[in-house]
Amino acid sequence: MRQLKAFGAFWYDFVVGDDWQVAALVVAGLALTAVLVHAAHVNAWWALPVFVLAALAWSLHRATATRK
Amino acid sequence: MTALPLILTVFVACVVEAVEALTIVLAAGITREWKSTFQGMGAALVVLAVITAVVGPAIGHLPLTPLRLVVGALLAVFGLQWLRKGVLRATGYKSLHDEASAYLREVTAAEAADKEVRRGVSDWYAFTLAFKGVLLEGLEVVFIVITFGVNQKNVGAAVIGAAAAIIVVTITGIAVKAPLTKVPENWMKLAVGVMLTSFGTFWGAEGAGVAWPGNDAALLVLIPVVALFTATCILWLHSRQVSGAAPAKESEIVGS
Repeated sequence: MRQLKAFGAFWYDFVVGDDWQVAALVVAGLALTAVLVHAAHVNAWWALPVFVLAALAWSLHRATATRK
Repeated sequence: MTALPLILTVFVACVVEAVEALTIVLAAGITREWKSTFQGMGAALVVLAVITAVVGPAIGHLPLTPLRLVVGALLAVFGLQWLRKGVLRATGYKSLHDEASAYLREVTAAEAADKEVRRGVSDWYAFTLAFKGVLLEGLEVVFIVITFGVNQKNVGAAVIGAAAAIIVVTITGIAVKAPLTKVPENWMKLAVGVMLTSFGTFWGAEGAGVAWPGNDAALLVLIPVVALFTATCILWLHSRQVSGAAPAKESEIVGS
């Protein structure tokens, strides 16, 4: 059980890293893009880049604001 | 798209990881013994080769659209990690990755450890240190090679980029017999972060059903936009430092 937890923790750290909210924002951006494309028939190529750049700015803001 | 951006991205990413792995291997080999170090390194390379041989072709058989969605998401998250670290390092909020101090930390730990014979290996500490170092750094290389190679349907080009990086770093490491402190790792990591994030965003959106304006040529706009935004973030954090208190630094983990 402990080894399984360590294995899971390794892959979490490997993929998600220091800030889970970055991963959450990327997934949210992909979900919104898919909904816009398939449900609203909008070619929302701009949506994911906006989410990705916002995720970077948000994560940097959180990392530095708490360290002041 | 030509294979050149693919080869260059994989090459730069792999140089960064290979330099970090070299530091650990040198610390194990010089401080402990070379035979066990090479055994550990060899075992890690075998594991990495098996992972690549099994996972690469298996992923290649998946349909391209869902593959791009999942791989794009993973690559974007992975790239954003590199960018986040790179920006925090460039602005002093995180300590710069320093191969000289990483090497010293490994040497100090290696000198303090007892020598133990286990499973036919004459120095178990040197073996495990080299094995873990090469495996952990190598996993990032494998991840990049597989995701880039499969998405571009050109695993061969990705492997060429990775192999060239490993050969260059190994030959340089043998020549200087010291950690490669002159390699601008932090800036290279930032550049790779830009590439991984851009390609991840491009493939992820395609997987979600988007048709990019200009198809692959959209990358020629997306990459500079991500790079420009990253530079703006660095300027923004610098300006925050000027107007606010001196930043406290995040702790550094060896190999990160």
